[in-house]
Amino acid sequence: MPDIHDESSFERHPKPGVDHLDYAGEQGMAVEQETLVEPDPEKREEARSLWGDAWRDLRRRPIFLISAVLILLLIVMAIFPGAFTDADPRKADLVNDYLKRPDWTDFFGAGWFGYDGQGRSIYARVVYGARASITVGIFVTAIVTLLGGLCGMVAGYFGGPVDALLSRIIDIFFGIPLLLGALVLLNAFSTRTVWTVVVALGVLGWTQIARVMRGAVLTVKQADYVMAGRALGAGTGRLMFRHILPNAVAPVIVVATIALGGYIATEATLSFLGIGLQDPTISWGIDISSAQKVIRTAPYVLFFPAAALSITVLAFIMLGDAVRDALDPKLR
Amino acid sequence: MTTAVDTGTSRREAPYEGPLLDVRDLHVEFVTRDGVAKAVNGVSYSVAAGETLAVLGESGSGKSVTAQAIMGILDMPPARIPRGEIRFRGEDMLGMDKERRRRIRGQKIAMIFQDALSSLNPVLTVGFQLGEMFRAHHKSSRKEAKEKAVELMERVRIPAAKDRVNDYPHQFSGGMRQRIMIAMALALEPDLIIADEPTTALDVTVQAQVMDLLAELQAEFNMGLILITHDLGVVADVADKIAVMYAGRIVETAPVHELYARPAHPYTRGLLDSIPRLDQKGQELYAIKGLPPNLLRIPPGCAFNPRCPRAQAVCRQEVPELFPVTEDDGTELAGRGSACFFWKETLHDR
Repeated sequence: MPDIHDESSFERHPKPGVDHLDYAGEQGMAVEQETLVEPDPEKREEARSLWGDAWRDLRRRPIFLISAVLILLLIVMAIFPGAFTDADPRKADLVNDYLKRPDWTDFFGAGWFGYDGQGRSIYARVVYGARASITVGIFVTAIVTLLGGLCGMVAGYFGGPVDALLSRIIDIFFGIPLLLGALVLLNAFSTRTVWTVVVALGVLGWTQIARVMRGAVLTVKQADYVMAGRALGAGTGRLMFRHILPNAVAPVIVVATIALGGYIATEATLSFLGIGLQDPTISWGIDISSAQKVIRTAPYVLFFPAAALSITVLAFIMLGDAVRDALDPKLR
Repeated sequence: MTTAVDTGTSRREAPYEGPLLDVRDLHVEFVTRDGVAKAVNGVSYSVAAGETLAVLGESGSGKSVTAQAIMGILDMPPARIPRGEIRFRGEDMLGMDKERRRRIRGQKIAMIFQDALSSLNPVLTVGFQLGEMFRAHHKSSRKEAKEKAVELMERVRIPAAKDRVNDYPHQFSGGMRQRIMIAMALALEPDLIIADEPTTALDVTVQAQVMDLLAELQAEFNMGLILITHDLGVVADVADKIAVMYAGRIVETAPVHELYARPAHPYTRGLLDSIPRLDQKGQELYAIKGLPPNLLRIPPGCAFNPRCPRAQAVCRQEVPELFPVTEDDGTELAGRGSACFFWKETLHDR
């Protein structure tokens, strides 16, 4: 990775030779030191880290910008749904609003996307449904990254019997398909909230990250700077978290971002099947499920929550792709 | 516990006289799928304060493995140390507990690595990495550590140290990076520095500068220095004595100039003869024929015998010990030894 880093920074920032030469100059240090012109601090390019470089790269990728804006919008929607709609997503008026068609003139109003089979505003439900999806996505990813990351780090760093034991545990969990495992696990709960789903998916999903982390740590552990750190007296904790982690975390971030979209889709699938979230909670999956009964007469009841789900999943996968390209061009 | 360890060191530090580091009959093996590779087979050497020992040898001669064993950074397994002793200021390094040993690394013995680019963490600034020495060992604050990092960078003559302290390793040139490695090793003013091919990755002109800097700082702090190299040219100016290694053994020891003038081992002889010389222009360059032995199957007797122009039957049967080298009249040559049955003949060969 470091050499690529080097190369790319060269390609992207052909620097004016003068600035560079001043610093790289080797000969006659003592003499040159006095004559050395202090470069203008403004002109001196700022020190760039791997992350700084990746950020620079990301900022000019349209895919990243589009997905970032979408995700930001979704997160705001999840936190403040009231800012997007005045309508109450749970208010049902079967007399007036039963399967009412979308009304394009009712811009951002309750009837914008029409009404569902119980006379509830579809637009309001799409807005309020973001919370369940985003919560599940983000928290499952957090659990998975922490659990899997730690497990992979310990397995990769210590190796030997520790690695053998942890790797077998990873293998066992890896053998359980995410969806099937979640179905079985969630079936055991009679009331299921967002957090039940989060825990179930987290417990089942961490193995992927653990494997990626373990692989990355195994590679980084061989690096000379880890040995150098050890030779200069760095302890285990310092080596693991200061020296290895920052160099091993890039692929984990990439996998986690892409997986986030997958968890949202899994939550929707579970809810669609009736094993995920339950009715008082508003979820796109539940709405898609109830919409299938009226799909021929009122396809828009299905269309809007399904579109919201697709856009959300797509946004996270696009973000993951962009982050991967920026962090690790080799994987492209 | 912490304080007990610390006072223990300081109490021992002052009165101890004798070599800083004493390695005795060190053996290191690597257990591989194909068998046991004997990387180090009974190495003994010692270094005093202010002294420079150059350890010379080809790749695979065990010089770096010896250093790693001294530092305690060998991966065990696959490595193991079946025999031998490493004493630092009289204290047994192999027997001491891990925490004590970790404290010695960096504070008392530091190491400089060959390739400074890969030995510096690419995602951390050099200032952070230099400062880490103080943060890890002295529990300094972030700010203090940064100030000391700048000080260190100035000490190894990195221009505009203050501006460069927040730069990343890849933003420095090769020579500058090696200076930073040196600064890092020097940070806690250790008693002993082990430099593992410190100039191999550098241009010739920069090599000399880095070596001079190292020698100068060594003199300033009165440190012991073990200089591991395969480059005879690097050694000549800075080393006090040389140990030549072959197949995990020391085959010859001598004060530096005597070794160059009168080698007492055919292998050393071969090494010296294979340096290109100006007066040999146009002639074919001498090369030691054959390859270094496979460490899984070191030949019986003297390990050098299959390549040695002087080999006799005895060389294939007996392992020569390190004989003291004397003049013809029997006066001993201080510090000289040769692991060759025919050291006398070799000494006169010229």
